[in-house]
Amino acid sequence: MHKYLPHTSQDIEEMLKVTGANSLDDLFTSIPKKLRLTKPYQIPSALSDHDLTKHMQNLAKQNKELIVFRGAGAYDHYSPSIVKALISRQEFLTSYTPYQPEVAQGTLQYIFEYQSMVCELTGMEVSNASMYDGATATAEAMFMAFAQTGMSKVLISSTVNPRIIDVVKTYARYRDIEVIVTPSQDGVTDLNFIQKNMENAMGLIVQNPNYFGIIEDYNGFSEVVHENDGLFIMNSEGQPLSLIKTPGEYDADIAVGDLQSFGLPLSFGGAYVGYLATKMKYVRKMPGRICGITTDVDGKRAFVLTLQAREQHIRRAKANSNICSNQSLMALAVTIYLSTMGKEGTVMVANESMKGAHYLYQELLKTNKFEVVYNKPFFKEFVLKAKFDVDKFEKDLLKDGILGPLHIKDNHLLFAVTEKRSIEEIDLLVRKVVEQK
Amino acid sequence: MKYYNKLIFEISKKGREGFNLTKKDLPEVKLPKALVRSNKANLPEVSEFDVVRHYTNVSQKNFGVETGFYPLGSCTMKYNPKINDELATLSGFANIHPLQPVETVQGLLKIYHETQRILAEISGLAAYSLNPFAGAHGELAGLMIIQAYHDKRNDSKRNKIIIPDSAHGTNPASATVCGFETVEIKSNPDGTVNLEALKAVLNDETAGLMLTNPNTAGVFEKDIAEISRLVHDAGGLLYYDGANLNAILGKTRPGDMGFDITHINLHKTFSTPHGGGGPGSGPVGVCEKLLEFLPNPIVKEKDGFYYFEDSADSIGALGLFYGNASVYIRAYVYLMTFGKESMSDIGLMAVLNANYIKESLKDIFELPIKGHCMHEFVFDGLKDQSTGVKTLDVAKRLLDYGYHAPTVYFPLIFSQSMMIEPTEVESKETLDEFINIMRVVAQEAKDNPELVKTAPHNTIVRRLDEAKAARQPIVKFTDLK
Repeated sequence: MHKYLPHTSQDIEEMLKVTGANSLDDLFTSIPKKLRLTKPYQIPSALSDHDLTKHMQNLAKQNKELIVFRGAGAYDHYSPSIVKALISRQEFLTSYTPYQPEVAQGTLQYIFEYQSMVCELTGMEVSNASMYDGATATAEAMFMAFAQTGMSKVLISSTVNPRIIDVVKTYARYRDIEVIVTPSQDGVTDLNFIQKNMENAMGLIVQNPNYFGIIEDYNGFSEVVHENDGLFIMNSEGQPLSLIKTPGEYDADIAVGDLQSFGLPLSFGGAYVGYLATKMKYVRKMPGRICGITTDVDGKRAFVLTLQAREQHIRRAKANSNICSNQSLMALAVTIYLSTMGKEGTVMVANESMKGAHYLYQELLKTNKFEVVYNKPFFKEFVLKAKFDVDKFEKDLLKDGILGPLHIKDNHLLFAVTEKRSIEEIDLLVRKVVEQK
Repeated sequence: MKYYNKLIFEISKKGREGFNLTKKDLPEVKLPKALVRSNKANLPEVSEFDVVRHYTNVSQKNFGVETGFYPLGSCTMKYNPKINDELATLSGFANIHPLQPVETVQGLLKIYHETQRILAEISGLAAYSLNPFAGAHGELAGLMIIQAYHDKRNDSKRNKIIIPDSAHGTNPASATVCGFETVEIKSNPDGTVNLEALKAVLNDETAGLMLTNPNTAGVFEKDIAEISRLVHDAGGLLYYDGANLNAILGKTRPGDMGFDITHINLHKTFSTPHGGGGPGSGPVGVCEKLLEFLPNPIVKEKDGFYYFEDSADSIGALGLFYGNASVYIRAYVYLMTFGKESMSDIGLMAVLNANYIKESLKDIFELPIKGHCMHEFVFDGLKDQSTGVKTLDVAKRLLDYGYHAPTVYFPLIFSQSMMIEPTEVESKETLDEFINIMRVVAQEAKDNPELVKTAPHNTIVRRLDEAKAARQPIVKFTDLK
């Protein structure tokens, strides 16, 4: 028998006796004969652990580990060793949703701590236990606004990451929600257009820092949205929130975004984690699990899932969201990361990333091989327009083990710098630019 | 061991640090004041060792699969092999940016493509997308595909999804989120589809039927071929909720039963860790005629080269990138440890284990559905109801004895549901011990019902005041005080 299956032939025989079946096949008589598989699966043969290790190492080698100057939603930050070590503890790793709170206080407690940290970062009143990613969190925020207002039109700024806009459109399409992508001026959201088109809209979705890395000034936006009874939804990657004005300070109604920067490896795009936080007055429209505090029969403080009457397993067809499994273990990783970096370290990582990005920006401009595209304050990403062949540039960089900027359109390159990038690595990238014709 | 009940915020001390950082000798960047937050986020200030000890203590308040028997029905709490974790986090997987050029990620794309191909073979379908993040996300994708299919045929009045009342809550919720109207049909007493009830609601507004097979009561839909014929004749599509796929591994395939679309919970059938409620992975699979609707981007292969492609008729993108890669790599490792030689033993042993427990306890627990079950079954509470001991009490008492409780009060078709799924990884000895404890609890219910009704007694916290938590929500640290 396979090593993950403990049954001896004697076990099987004894157990069959108890079940009253003559053979294992007898247990499957409810499956009609004509539907039964008659031949083995056409899949690869099993590998021993040793051979499988070699096989996987070989596959891993077919992916190139690079010096990353690319972001656009996934960022190459450092993660302290303790993050992986602690989330690998079986009590966290192998448990399920905390439906039996008496034996799941560990999971519930870190969810509570996670929610507290998300609220600190965003300035919002209540966070759920996590979402799949920032893009689906944005789509779910739209559904909250849909349920709250009953309106079937939503505005989303063209400065939002186009991949997020795509996901929002996917979700909207099947609910007959009209998605209007609002124009931008010099890389920032055009408030004028929104003023003219906000009537009868469920809300406005913006991003800060936006797709181009620009830290937008959203003063005055919530007033326009609220005058039209809409909800103001702001998507922010977690890390910049340690520095920039928070969704709460902008009077956003729902804050959403990705938290991958906080200790999660790039890992080809997943598993990451998204957050969704809101004002207490909208909590009953919120998707997903929420952990609260209560007491047990002895008066002891304890953690428990709360306000569950919103959720699919209770409301079924009347639920606002279908989310069940979320990204709990990744929320734990974020919680451990934020505890380790703490109040000061989180800000320092953000500052170091920003310093590197601004240094690269200045050095690239000095090469005279770029044109300025947007003259706006930015965080760790920025856009420049190249005066050379960008496809050849990408290939040249790969030869030196560098993942260069993302080509977003018409020679516009989106660069990203994290605290992991040294001055030497930045200088190397600049030298490669100088070589471009 | 002493009980630890502090929050990370409660061990924080101003000036303590848990990090070190390379500081670049570069000028600080000054942002305009209007764009900057007014106060620093109040995150904890603790040392690295504080964090390690804190989360170690917090972890010990949890029950995991490695702690003990975890017969949580419908959740397939099987062993999560260590080699899966080790190999899925090799640096050549962990340090790869999702937007790297395809020629630099051939290993990952190959894993993606191979995994979807194996899943397609196991389920008898044409292809899978691994992009959905979880089971419910896969359901949503599948329902979008149903809608897209009817839309493309200009058959737009099909806006109803039929769902049996024994279904998981995510089924009707997904249908709603996808803009469908849900038509719930009453099941037979064993939770199977009532053909007459089905016939009565099938019409030209039927978009499809969602089904879990075996169903949530652990019963195989013996009429599945007829169900398939009825739904397809009415112009609808058949959706397979793969939550219970474990039971039929090696025995039968959803595609052969007539299902057009499925999702598979890799965190159930293919052993990826549940992680306290995620990350999961919910690949969505389709038959040939629905290939063009799979979510974008789609991983393709030509002459041994792997690449992404978008389909014009796709339902669209479902996430920022391509799903939970670190999860489906684990599933791939698991699939390769079983291979074609042993895959079917999974279903056999899972079903044997479930039947063994059921037959060993049916004299004291109410068994509403007679006959062989599949990988799980449902007891409708204790046979002897005179003591007033309910399913919840039995579940809580099991915690005292070091077991995780079964799934309780689901499926909804029985009032005292107790859904038990042992999985294939548990030995006869483990099952015997569990059976014995179930008997002990049943005896306690007779001899000392109060003891059971007030359980648990030995856990770190006892029964919780859930109403209080909802009445006065405390949902973050600053709400305390």
